[in-house]
Amino acid sequence: MSAPSCSLCAFVKSSIGRKIIVAVTGLALVLFLAGHLTGNLLIFAGRDAFNDYAQFLHEVFHGAGVWIARVGLLACFTAHLWFTILLTKENKSSRKKYSHQATVQAPKSSLIMIWSGLTILAFIIFHLLHFTVKAGTDYASFMQVMPDGSERHDAWKMVIVGFSNPLVVIFYVIAMTLLCSHLSHGVASIFQTLGLRTKKTAGPITLLSKAYAVVIYLGFISIPLAIILFGFGCEACK
Amino acid sequence: MSLLNLTLKVWRQENAKSEGRIETYEAKEIPTSASFLEMIDIVNERLIQDGEEPIHFDHDCREGICGMCSMTINGVPHSKERGITTCQLHMRKFKDGETICIEPFRANAFPVVKDLVTNRSAFDRIIASGGYISVRTGSAPDAHAIQIPKADADAAFDAAACIGCGACVAACKNASAMLFVSAKASHLNHLPQGQSEKDQRVLGMVRQMDEEGFGNCTNQFECEAVCPKEISASHIAKLNRDYLAASARDSVS
Repeated sequence: MSAPSCSLCAFVKSSIGRKIIVAVTGLALVLFLAGHLTGNLLIFAGRDAFNDYAQFLHEVFHGAGVWIARVGLLACFTAHLWFTILLTKENKSSRKKYSHQATVQAPKSSLIMIWSGLTILAFIIFHLLHFTVKAGTDYASFMQVMPDGSERHDAWKMVIVGFSNPLVVIFYVIAMTLLCSHLSHGVASIFQTLGLRTKKTAGPITLLSKAYAVVIYLGFISIPLAIILFGFGCEACK
Repeated sequence: MSLLNLTLKVWRQENAKSEGRIETYEAKEIPTSASFLEMIDIVNERLIQDGEEPIHFDHDCREGICGMCSMTINGVPHSKERGITTCQLHMRKFKDGETICIEPFRANAFPVVKDLVTNRSAFDRIIASGGYISVRTGSAPDAHAIQIPKADADAAFDAAACIGCGACVAACKNASAMLFVSAKASHLNHLPQGQSEKDQRVLGMVRQMDEEGFGNCTNQFECEAVCPKEISASHIAKLNRDYLAASARDSVS
C-alpha cells in the first residue's frame, strides 16, 4: 500500500511533476477565463440577459454550483501559485549571474511570468473584494424590479457603476495586459509540459497561445472601455 | 590576411572555492583565420612569455565532437553563431577593436575548477542513473535483426547527436538540464532496445537531475537555440510525457 503514496511523493517533489501540476492547474484557469469572458460579454446583450446569467450562476445546483466552482478555482489557483513560487525560487538560486547577460530567443513574456502572475494575484484579490464581496460599496443594494413585482440583484448596474471609476479601469487594463502576456507564454507551455508539443505542432501551438491571449485580452477590456469611453449603459444607472 | 586587435574580458578564478573576477587582456594581431581557441592559445603564449598565469580552458578534439570547450562568449554558450561549438568558431566572425566577454558555463551543478574550466560530472552521474541499455555483449547483432521504423530511427539519431557539452544548461535562464536529459532519454526511448528499461530510465535520470541541483525548465527554449547539435526542445516534451506515464505506471505497480 505504501508504493502508490511514495510514487506520488516522488512525483510532487520532482521538477517535472511540479511543472505538470502547474500546467494542469493553469489549464483549468485558462478554461475558466474562456467561460468567465463568455458570461461577461452578455453585458452587451442587456440588463435582463446579464442578470439572468448572474441569477443562474447563483441558483445552479440549488446554489451549490457557484461554491463548487469557487472552491475548485481557489484550489487550482493556490496550487498554481504555490508551485510556481517554489520553482521560481529554485530557478533563481540555480546559478551565479553572468556578468554579460544575453537572451537568444526567449520571448519577453516568458521572462516576466512571475511578475505578471503576481500582478494577476493582486488584481484577483481586488476584483473579488470589488464585485464578489462588494466591500466598501453599495452594490449589494442595487435591485432590478421584475415584471411580477419581485426583486433580484442588479449585477448589470453593479458592473456599469464599478467601471465608471477611471482608477478601477486603469488598474483593470494594466492587469489584463499582464494577463495577456502571461497567457501568451503560459498556454503554449501547457502543451510543452504535458508533452503534447512536437516539431510539427510547435508552430500552431505558439500561434494558438498568442491568439488565445489576444482574444481574452480584447474581450475583457472591451467591457470597461465601452463603459468609460463610450458611456455604455450609463443612462440606465443615473 | 587581416589581423584583429581585440579586448578580452575573461573570468579568472583560482579554484572552486575562491572568488572569481573579470580581468581585461589585449589580444593583439589575431589572424582572422584563427579559431576562437587558437586566439586564446596566442594570448596564452604571450602571457606565459610575460611570466603570467595563462587562461585555463577545456578543449580536446577541436572539431566539434567532444563537447569539452565550455565557454560563454558575450553571454551566449559557444557564441551567438548557431550550431557550432566554441572550437568551430572563427575569428573572422569578430570585428577589429571589439570587446569580447568570456565566462565559464555557469550553473551551481557545474562548479568552476579553474578560470573557464568547469566540472560537468553531474552529466556523467545522470547517464549512470539510466542513460544506458542492458544488453548481452559479444558479437555484433545482424543489422536487420531488429526492425526499426524510419521515423523512430531518425528521431533517436537526432537525440543521439548530443555531445553532452552543457551549453543547454549554461544558456538556460534557470540552469536546467532538461535538453540534455531529454536527448539522452529520448535517444534510447525511441528504440526497441530501450523499451524494457524505459520507465526505470526516465524516473532515474530525472531523479538524478533534480538531485544535482539543476533548475526547472520554463519552456523558453534558449537551450535549443545554443545547442551545437541543434537538438529540438520537442525531446523535452517527450521526456515530460514519458515521465508522466512512468510515474503513473510506477504508482500502480
